[in-house]
Amino acid sequence: MLRKCAMLAAVVLAVAACETAPDETSAAGAGGLGGGGVGGSGMSAMPPVGSGAGSSYGSTGVQRAPLGNPAEAQRELAGVGDVVFFAFDSFALDGLAQSTLDRQAAVLLKSSVNVIIEGHTDERGTREYNLALGDRRATAVKDYLVAYGVSASRIRTISYGEERPAAIGSNETAWAKNRRAVTVVVGGTAGS
Amino acid sequence: MTAFSLAIPVPRRLFGRILAGLLLVLAALPPAAAELRIDITRGVVEPLPIAIVPFDGGNNAQTARTGEDMAAVISADLERSGLFRPLDPRSFAQQPPPSMDALPRFSDWRTLNVPALVYGRIIAGDDGRLKVEFRLWDVFAEQQLAGLAYFTAPANWRRIAHIIADAIYKRITGEDGYFDTRVVYVAESGPPSKRIKRLAIMDQDGANHRFLTDGGTLVLTPRFAPSLQEITYLSFGGGMPRVFIRDLDTNRQEAVGDFPGMTFSPRFSPDGERLVLSLAMDGNTEIYTVDLRTRATRRLTNNAAIDTSPSYAPDGRQIVFNSDRGGSQQLYVMDADGSNVRRISHGQGRYFTPVWSPRGDQIAFTKILGGKFSVGVMTPEGDGERILAEGFHVEGPTWAPNGRVLMYFKKDPSDGVNPSRSRLYTIDLVGRNEREVPTPQDASDPAWSPLHP
Repeated sequence: MLRKCAMLAAVVLAVAACETAPDETSAAGAGGLGGGGVGGSGMSAMPPVGSGAGSSYGSTGVQRAPLGNPAEAQRELAGVGDVVFFAFDSFALDGLAQSTLDRQAAVLLKSSVNVIIEGHTDERGTREYNLALGDRRATAVKDYLVAYGVSASRIRTISYGEERPAAIGSNETAWAKNRRAVTVVVGGTAGS
Repeated sequence: MTAFSLAIPVPRRLFGRILAGLLLVLAALPPAAAELRIDITRGVVEPLPIAIVPFDGGNNAQTARTGEDMAAVISADLERSGLFRPLDPRSFAQQPPPSMDALPRFSDWRTLNVPALVYGRIIAGDDGRLKVEFRLWDVFAEQQLAGLAYFTAPANWRRIAHIIADAIYKRITGEDGYFDTRVVYVAESGPPSKRIKRLAIMDQDGANHRFLTDGGTLVLTPRFAPSLQEITYLSFGGGMPRVFIRDLDTNRQEAVGDFPGMTFSPRFSPDGERLVLSLAMDGNTEIYTVDLRTRATRRLTNNAAIDTSPSYAPDGRQIVFNSDRGGSQQLYVMDADGSNVRRISHGQGRYFTPVWSPRGDQIAFTKILGGKFSVGVMTPEGDGERILAEGFHVEGPTWAPNGRVLMYFKKDPSDGVNPSRSRLYTIDLVGRNEREVPTPQDASDPAWSPLHP
């Protein structure tokens, strides 16, 4: 019930956004980089509207809702950093990871997309332990984003353990790149 | 299993001869020849020379070929065990070969200095089945050690060869064999970032290889049910990694339990009635059991640490598992209800993937120390740790059903471009005789089946 209300509020906001400031999405995204008071501005930032949502019925009494634009949101996330990295056998979020997640949260707060946090490990462990460790990492990221105000219902986690390395190689440089959590957009909430 | 029936066709005359031979042995032969036996618990064993004569298929071209193939399979099994040295059939002295209906000419075989002799016969029955007979002789004692007959469909000839190899192994080592078994594992191909992993199954010698899945879904860690009819494994199908059970005959598969998070690291209980597995939820991994009839779940651990890789003792009363509750990954044993948890690993390094031996006397594990992987064993009390195989990446031991041989996978370091080579290996419990298991592609996560029932 709560969730429905929230979605309705988002719809109202979105409609207003489309009618008044359709071109400000990229500016808002860029503004999110500034850190500081991102949370506040993020709340009032306008969600981007997918090109497929149509725009000619805006004032004809037909209600419409924005489809979160997954491609756009993913681009924005990539722009602010959609990956955070971890130390060996650790799921602690260091300062760098936290500032990346601050920016991710800002992007997510002004969008309606759902995301999956993928937890990954390097190859220096056993498959099974690494699945558990990847889950810890993904959950650490989720918890941080939720604490920042992103609805937990928008975030799923998955652990790939060591199965999907980003870098190939059996050396510390590659391993450091593989100990990561990636925020991946899966789709919009409204209208689907 | 009713595929095979069994008889002991030792003619009375021969039996008398055996008894006489036995007395003769006790009376006359030197101790070395008195007991044709390999003690496989010793550290170094010189392989026992053995002559395996192509089985006599008579005038039927088909059975004649099967006879040669069966002898080759038996020889290969025994050779790979590291305990036997089959002689080249071209060196065999007795021509024509020995007949099932008469005693071998022992003097001919003694000149080859081969203490063990195996020969057999294949007869195509009117009902379409094969009758396969064999005898194992102690050449120096002139004593029959085993004589058996099997009836089976012709397509089963390989299994009969493995069963005969098991009988020979058992008669001479005193331990159950492990040749009539299968291995389920993960076949790997493709680039590292998009590795394609398929469930595959084969006989323990690599024959009868078959892929079970098409590679469209990431799968990991298959393990056999005690019945051999099913496997359990982790599949990423449907976006949420979950434990599945798959029927090997029907290929029907289903997710196990209705868990709110990722389930993984499954293993069957020894009675096959339960799975023990890990559930990861909200960043915390705990161990659960699932009753396969009622689907009731039960939580066994309750700890903020990662608790995973559970494995039952063969009597089902205890479970060994992997936990970092003490700050680093170590092995712990608990009672099957989750009580009475105690740490058993105390050496240097981190310990993972414990697997209880089918004999109950050892626990195999993966260990990481100083960046190096190894596979080793310790007792369930944590004593007597021995490292059997080391390497850049050695992981995931699985036991042969007799508890005397381990299989695991070994991965080479990556060159930064190509996928690392990853293959299956076997080694015996004393750390000897490491052998690669032939697979058509890269391979990991092996699980050895129990003996065919």
